[in-house]
Amino acid sequence: MSALLSVRDLHVSYGAIKAVRGISFDINEGEIVTLIGANGAGKSTTLNTVAGLIRPESGTVEFDGASVVGVPAHKVVGRGMALCPEGRRVFTQMSVAENLEMGGYTRSDAENRETLEKVYAHFPRLKERRGQVAGTLSGGEQQMLAMGRALMSRPRLLMLDEPSMGLAPILVQEIFDIVKQLNEAGTTILLVEQNANMALSVADRAYVLEIGTIKKSGTGAELLVDDDVRKAYLGG
Amino acid sequence: MFFTQVLNGLQLGSIYALVALGYTMVYGIILLLNFAHGDIIMVGAYVSWLVMAQLGLPPVLAIILSVAACTLMGVLIDKVAYAPLRNAPRLSILITAIGVSYFLENGAQLVFGADAKVVPAYTELTTVQLGGLSLSFPSILTVLVTAVATVALTVVVQKTKLGKAMRAVSEDMGAARLMGINVNTTISFTFAVGSALAGIGAVLYAMAYTQATPTMGMMLGTKAFVAAVLGGIGSIPGAVVGGLLVGFAEVFVTAIGLSVWKDAVVFLLLIIVLVVRPTGIFGRTMSEKV
Repeated sequence: MSALLSVRDLHVSYGAIKAVRGISFDINEGEIVTLIGANGAGKSTTLNTVAGLIRPESGTVEFDGASVVGVPAHKVVGRGMALCPEGRRVFTQMSVAENLEMGGYTRSDAENRETLEKVYAHFPRLKERRGQVAGTLSGGEQQMLAMGRALMSRPRLLMLDEPSMGLAPILVQEIFDIVKQLNEAGTTILLVEQNANMALSVADRAYVLEIGTIKKSGTGAELLVDDDVRKAYLGG
Repeated sequence: MFFTQVLNGLQLGSIYALVALGYTMVYGIILLLNFAHGDIIMVGAYVSWLVMAQLGLPPVLAIILSVAACTLMGVLIDKVAYAPLRNAPRLSILITAIGVSYFLENGAQLVFGADAKVVPAYTELTTVQLGGLSLSFPSILTVLVTAVATVALTVVVQKTKLGKAMRAVSEDMGAARLMGINVNTTISFTFAVGSALAGIGAVLYAMAYTQATPTMGMMLGTKAFVAAVLGGIGSIPGAVVGGLLVGFAEVFVTAIGLSVWKDAVVFLLLIIVLVVRPTGIFGRTMSEKV
């Protein structure tokens, strides 16, 4: 079986600074795969490159068998990938419903009406607050909105960048439960997290990034008990 | 007498408002003070003159072609001059805008000469009787057209897919891209709408002042810019309120016999607002919940 997303020898630089130095990984349909690592390891850069926001220096990114390198971000969405960016970045001056509508920008109105029901089923709180301006939502609600918004494009691959950032532990649990639900409903997930413990416990497979390279890979369960990983990322 | 002055204020204010809307929309989406925006008015006025005085075609055609030319000019300026600088420092694009303004003014002087061209009347109708009052038809038309244009613009921005995309791009360009919004198309659309409003402003201005000169857009553009800042740049209702305020201030100062001071008063108004409320009347203080 060929992978849904296949990244080979990816190099990305910001001017003179090399952020990603030749990483390769695969994601198969139906999996939850996580990239873990410290700040500055190149996790977000990798996601942003796959999503088309940054052009790589070299290397290949193939989604569903076709290259997406050089495809502008607004067209990548139509290929079936959605990125829920770090820091949520909801449109704070627009209503919850309008934010979701923007998420379905590439889809028809009829499709959006259908997807909206599914998104509201996953996030009942968003339905209650659909008329509210997004900037007035709590951090957890904004994260749910950002995820719901990404789902509106009906992605086959959903990329989540630090969904637990800045959230209270109970909300982190809630968000990860939803990630699992989404996966069970058929969405493949690429998850970037600093909360390695949480990420590894939901992931089928994981890659450990260190200064732009992949240091280790394995199943989530394997890495959870790996000594090096425990020392570096799991606090002992 | 009083009503006539109020109507004059409304008329002038409406024209400023239409031009200020273009300033505010472009600023809202790419944070650019488009100093060439006033000169678009000049382009519109010359097109009206060309169509009516030179080609002898009917006013309806002059109106359509003027608005179309302004729209096209606005989009073209963005594509040629600003789009290549999208990732450049903001100062570079600002200086480019000033350059485009000079280019248009001097270009017009080269093509049409420095002397004023007389734009023929668009309509035979000069006054209408309303409840015993004799009111200027161009004034009433200007106010009505501006009201309709403002409502239409508000509906477009609030309700249509492209309008919502505009708001999304103006808030977070990167996030908008991730939604599948083509940012360049959205920016072009913003320039088109802003410039079309300027085109309408050009026709209404030429209807009132019947002249086209190469530098006519300079003072008009500056006043409209003041109006946009006064109302709170980036805000659509702000541009309208700012435009009306500037128009009324000018007419009032002229009416009390101090017409030499009418420009100074506008800028004094700007200074007062900037001191008391730097974000303008409808301006938002940017604060976001993290």
